[in-house]
Amino acid sequence: MSPIVKNVAVVLVIPITMFGLYIILHGHLTPGGGFPGGAIMASLVVLFFVAFGKEWAKKINKGILFFGESFGLALFGLLAFLGLGTSFFHNFLANSDSLFGMSIPFGANSGFLWSGGIIPLMNIAVGLEVFAALSIIAVVMFLENGKVMFSEKENNVGGKK
Amino acid sequence: MIFEILQAVLLLGIVVSGLLAVKSSDLLRAVIFLAAMSMLLSAQFYLLQAPDVAIAEAAVGAGLSTAIFVIAISKTERWENGKKH
Repeated sequence: MSPIVKNVAVVLVIPITMFGLYIILHGHLTPGGGFPGGAIMASLVVLFFVAFGKEWAKKINKGILFFGESFGLALFGLLAFLGLGTSFFHNFLANSDSLFGMSIPFGANSGFLWSGGIIPLMNIAVGLEVFAALSIIAVVMFLENGKVMFSEKENNVGGKK
Repeated sequence: MIFEILQAVLLLGIVVSGLLAVKSSDLLRAVIFLAAMSMLLSAQFYLLQAPDVAIAEAAVGAGLSTAIFVIAISKTERWENGKKH
C-alpha cells in the first residue's frame, strides 16, 4: 500500500487500542464488554494486513496468539470455578474491598469503575480470547494459499472458461 | 414522528442494500453492499435501544467479516461463475 495508508495505520494504533480497552474495561458499566472490545482490537490487526501486506503478516508469532486464546478461556473457567464454594459463577469478589470489589457509593451516580467483582475480570478474559481468536482467523485466512483448495473443484464444475 | 420516518428509511436501506448484495455478480461489490447493510442494521439496533448489539454488529459485521470476505475473494475469484459481465 501507499505510504499514506501505512502512516495512517501506524497513527491509528493508539486510538483503536484505547477504544478497545475502554470498551472491555467499562463492560460492566456501559454498553460493550469482552466480545465487542476484542473484535475492535482484532480489526486493528486486519488493518495492518491491509496496510503492510504479507511480509508483516508472516512476522506474527502464532504461538503467542494461540496461548492468549487458551489463557483467556482458562481464566474464564477458573474464575467461574473459584466461586464454587457457593455456586458456579458465584461473584465472590463483590463488596470485598479488593480489586474491582469496592462497594458502590449510595445514591444516583454514573457508574463506579472498581465495582462488579469478577465481572470485569471475566470481561478482560473474554476480550483477550476474542482478540487472539479473531486474529488467528485473519492470519490463517491471509497466509493460506486458497487457490490450491479450490482448483480441482472449479475444473470439474466447468464454470471457468 | 421523526423517529418512525428514520426507522423506515433505515429499514428500506437495509432491504435495498441486501437485494443489491444478492443480485450483483461482482463479488467485491456484493461484499461492500453487505458491509453497508451491516452498518445500517447497526444504526437500527441503536435506534431500538440495543447499543450493546449495535457495537458488536458494527465491529464484527462491518469491520472483520468484510475484511475476511475480501481476503477470501482475493484468494479465489472476483466474478461470479468465473466470467466478466
